[in-house]
Amino acid sequence: MASDEQQVKNSTATAVFDSDAANSLVKDLRSTFLAGKTKSHEWRLSQLKSLLKMLDENDKQICDALFSDLGKHEMEAYIHEIAMIRNSCKLALKELKDWMKPEKAKTNLGTFPSSAEIVPEPFGVVLVISAWNYPLLLSVDPVIGAIAAGNAVVLKPSELAPAMSSLLAKLLGKYLDNSAIKVVEGAVPETTALLEQKWDKIFYTGNGRVARVVMAAAAKNLTPVVLELGGKSPVLVDSNIDLAVTAKRIVAGKWGCNNGQACVGPDYIITTKQYAPVLIDAFKHNVKKFFGDDPMNSPDISRVGHENHFARLKKMLDDDKISGKIILGGQTDKNNRKIAPTIVLDAPEDSLIMSDEIFGPLLPIVTVEKIEDGIEFIRSRPKPLAAYLFTNNKQLKKNFVNNVSAGGVVINDVTLHLMVDTLPFGGVGESGMGAYHGKFSFDAFSHKKAVLYRGFYGDAPARYPPYTPGKLRLLKAILDGSLFGIIRTLFGFS
Amino acid sequence: MIDDLEMRRSVEELRLTFKSGKTRSGDWRKAQLRAILRLIQENEDTLFRLLQSELGKHPVESYRDEIGVVKKSADHALTYIDQWMSPKKGRLPLVFFPASRKVLSEPLGLVLIIGSWNFPISLILDPLIGAISAGNTVVLKPSELAPNCASFLANILPSYLDPKAIKVIEGGIDVSNQLLQYKWDKIFFTGSTKAGKIVMAAAAMNLTPVTLELGGKCPVIFDCLPNSDLKVAAKRVASGKWGGCAGQACIGVDYVIVEQKFASTLIEQLKKTIKIFYGDDVKNLKNFSKIINKGHFDRLRSYLEDPAVANSIVYGGSFDDTSLIIEPTILLDPPLDAAIMNEEIFGPLLPVITMDKIEESIEFINSKPKPLALYAFTKNENFKKRILAETSSGSVTFNDTMVQFVCDDLPFGGVGQSGFGRYHGKYSFDTFSHEKAVLERSFYLELEPRHPPWSTFKLEFLRSAYDYNYVRMLLLLLGLKRPSNP
Repeated sequence: MASDEQQVKNSTATAVFDSDAANSLVKDLRSTFLAGKTKSHEWRLSQLKSLLKMLDENDKQICDALFSDLGKHEMEAYIHEIAMIRNSCKLALKELKDWMKPEKAKTNLGTFPSSAEIVPEPFGVVLVISAWNYPLLLSVDPVIGAIAAGNAVVLKPSELAPAMSSLLAKLLGKYLDNSAIKVVEGAVPETTALLEQKWDKIFYTGNGRVARVVMAAAAKNLTPVVLELGGKSPVLVDSNIDLAVTAKRIVAGKWGCNNGQACVGPDYIITTKQYAPVLIDAFKHNVKKFFGDDPMNSPDISRVGHENHFARLKKMLDDDKISGKIILGGQTDKNNRKIAPTIVLDAPEDSLIMSDEIFGPLLPIVTVEKIEDGIEFIRSRPKPLAAYLFTNNKQLKKNFVNNVSAGGVVINDVTLHLMVDTLPFGGVGESGMGAYHGKFSFDAFSHKKAVLYRGFYGDAPARYPPYTPGKLRLLKAILDGSLFGIIRTLFGFS
Repeated sequence: MIDDLEMRRSVEELRLTFKSGKTRSGDWRKAQLRAILRLIQENEDTLFRLLQSELGKHPVESYRDEIGVVKKSADHALTYIDQWMSPKKGRLPLVFFPASRKVLSEPLGLVLIIGSWNFPISLILDPLIGAISAGNTVVLKPSELAPNCASFLANILPSYLDPKAIKVIEGGIDVSNQLLQYKWDKIFFTGSTKAGKIVMAAAAMNLTPVTLELGGKCPVIFDCLPNSDLKVAAKRVASGKWGGCAGQACIGVDYVIVEQKFASTLIEQLKKTIKIFYGDDVKNLKNFSKIINKGHFDRLRSYLEDPAVANSIVYGGSFDDTSLIIEPTILLDPPLDAAIMNEEIFGPLLPVITMDKIEESIEFINSKPKPLALYAFTKNENFKKRILAETSSGSVTFNDTMVQFVCDDLPFGGVGQSGFGRYHGKYSFDTFSHEKAVLERSFYLELEPRHPPWSTFKLEFLRSAYDYNYVRMLLLLLGLKRPSNP
C-alpha cells in the first residue's frame, strides 16, 4: 500500500502543470461557476465558515510552516497573519448579506418614471497570485474577497514560501469546495501557464517587475487586475514628537514586521540633520530593548526570506557608496539567512539602498536641512504603498497629507492602517492599482451591474423622430432636469 | 503626425502644471467646468452643423446624445464637486483609540483620454469633466475618423480651458501609438475591443491604471407584449437601434431575440415605426445618420454578401454609396455562424433571432461575450429576476433602450470583453482619483504588548485585541487575568 501511495505521489509530483492543464482547470471551474453554485449566499457562507474552522483547527501547523519558511515568531504569525485572516472571515460572514444586496440609485427627470439599482455580481473565475512574505495573509485574504463575491478561485501561493504553499494546498483542498476553489503550486512555468488562460479577474501581490508581466498577460483577454505592489515607504520624523513612543513604533514596525520584509514596512527615515543623532540613539535603545544584545540572533526576529533576497541585501550592504555609513548592525549570517537590524546614515541617493525597495532589515536615515524638505524628497520619487509622518505640528500634518501621494498615509504610527478594515488598502502609481480589505475586497471581486427599470407609460414623444424644433426645446428642458423648464416648454414659453 | 519633440514638450508642461498644485484647487476645477459649459453653449450651432455634416446627425440627436450630455455632466459636477472633494471620515473601533481615519480623494496626475468617432464630442468632453473634477491635467486624443470635430476641439479648447493643463493632440493611429509610449497616471479609452487590448498592453509597461469603455453585441430580449405596450416598445427598440448614430453606438441595440410566434408582429411594428421615424427612401431618409466612412460602409455591406444572410432580409437592405447611408434593415434569422451574428455590427442592420421560448434567450446571450448593455422588454417579474441573475453585462435596462446613459447615479461601464472601469456622475470623479487611506494616531496611550520582545502575555493580549474583547484586555492589563498556557 505504501508503494502504491508512493507511486501516486510520484506521478502527481512529476505531472507538469502546463498550459493544457491550466486550460483544463479553468474550464472545470468555469463549469462550476456557470452552474451557479458559487453565487448562492449559503455556499459563500459555508466556505467562509470552513475557512474559519481551518484556521482554528490548524493554527499550530500554520505557525510551524511560517517558522520553517521565514523564521517567523509565533506572535508575528498570529497577529500579522492568522488573526487578520480570522477577522477578515468574521467580517465577511457578518456583513455578506448586506454586501450582496443591490444598492438603490437615484434617477432623474431624464428617465422619469423609472427606478434604478446597482447589483453586485461575481466576475466568474478569478486568479489570486500571492507573495512569500506574508504567505498565509496574502493568499487567503484575497481568496476571502473572491469567495464572498461569489467567484470560483485559483490560488497560486508563492514558491518562495514552500512550507506554507504546500500547507495551503493541503488545507484548502481539505476544507473548501474543490469544484470551485483550487490551489496550484509552482514557480515561473506554472504561473506562466496560468497567465495564459482567460481569467475574469487577476489579483496579484508582489513586485513591479512581475506585475508588468501579469498586466500584459491580462491585457490579452481584457482581464481587469488588482496589483498590490510595494515601493520605498518613507517615514518623515519631525523633532516635535514624543520620542519614546515614536522610536518604539518605528523599530517595531521595521524589524518587528517580518524583519523589514513587508510591503508597508518603513523603508527609510527622513529627519533633520539636527535631530538625527537624538533619533538614532532612541532607535538603538529600542533595538536593544526589543531584540537584546545580539539582535541578529534574537528569536523574536524573522529570517531573510530567500537566498536571492539575502544576496540582494548583502549587495546593498557591500555597496562602496555606503561604506563607513553603517552606524548600527551590518552583521550577516549567510547559512542562517540572517542579517542584523542595520542603520545607515546619509547613504547617497544613487546608492543601491536608496534606489530599490529594501525589503529587509536595513534602515537608511536621510537627513535634510528643514523638515519640509523631506516632503519634497518624497514627492520626487515614485509613489509608495505607504507614507508615514511623526509630528505634533498641525501644519506639517496638513502639508504631508495633502501633498504626499501614496497608497495610504499614517500619522504618528506605522503599518497600522492595514488593520482598519474600513480603509481601502492598495497602491497608486508604481505601488499598484485597486484596493481591498473589508468591503473593498468584496467590491474588488464584483462587477457592479447598473440596472434601470422602466414601464411603458410616460413615454416622451420628444425622444423620437420626426424631430422638430419644439422637440429640441423640450429635450433640453428634460435633460436640464428642470420640471419648471419642461412645463414652460410644453406651454410654449421658451 | 505630431513632432516628437513637440509632444514631449506638451507632456512635460502638463507634468509641471500638475506639480505646481494648480489643478488641486476647487476654484480652478470649477472654473474649468464653467468654461466647458460656456464652450458648448456659445458654440451650439457650430456643433450642430459639424455633427450634421460629419455624421449626418440631426440636431435633436446631437443635443440628446452629445451637447446635452456634456451640459448635464458639467452641471452635475459643479453641483457636487465640493462634496466629492471632501474627505470621507469614519469611526474606528475602540482598540485603535486614540485615532481618526479618513479617505481622501486625490488626483492621479497626468491622464490621457482617447475618444471615439461615433460621439466625437461627448465621448471626449464627458470623461474630461471627470478628469478635471478630480484635479488632473489632461491630454485629449479625439478620433481621427471624425476629423472636423477633432479640429474643432483642438482649436476651440485653448480659448476656454487652461492650455497649460488641458491639451488636445490630434492624429491617427500613429499619434495614438506615440502617446501610448509615455508614462501616464491614467488612461481612459473608448473604442473597440481590439484597440482596447493594445491600450492595456501599453499601459502595462508603466503600470498605468486604465478604464476601457468598449462594446459588444447588445441584445434585446423581446418578450410577448400586449398591443398597448407593443407600440411603445417598438419605438424604443427602433430608436435604440437606428436613432443613435444609425446603430454606430456602443450601447446601441445590436440584435433582437423574440419568440417565433411573436416575430412577425414585432417586425411589422418595427417597419411601421421606421417609416414614421425615418421614411423609406434610402436617398431621402430623415433624422438618420450616415456611416462614418467607406471602410465601415464596406464592412457592413460585406455582412450581406453571404447569400444566406442576404436571403434573410425582410426589410430594407439598400445602400447609397454616395451619401454613405445604409437604410434601416431587418433580417429574420440569419445563420448564427455568419459574421453578422458574431461581430459587433455597429450599423443599421438588425438581426431578429427567433426562439421557441423566450427563456432560451438567456442561454443564447450567455454563449456570447458579455455585452456593454442588455435590454429586455417584458412584464414578467420572474423573467426579469432570471435575466438579472443569469446573465452578465455592463448594465441591464428593462423596457427601454439607451436611456441608462443619462442616469448620473448609475455607473456606466462594461464587464468582460465590453471593458472595465466606469464613469458618469460621481463615478467619473472616482475613476480619475486615487482614494488615499489616512490614519492619524496620537502619541499617548501606547499599548506596550504591540512591541517585542514577545511573550505569552502579549500574545493573549493581542488575541483579545483582535477579538475586540476589551474586558479581557483590561483584565490582562490590570493583572486580574493570567494568560492561559499556549
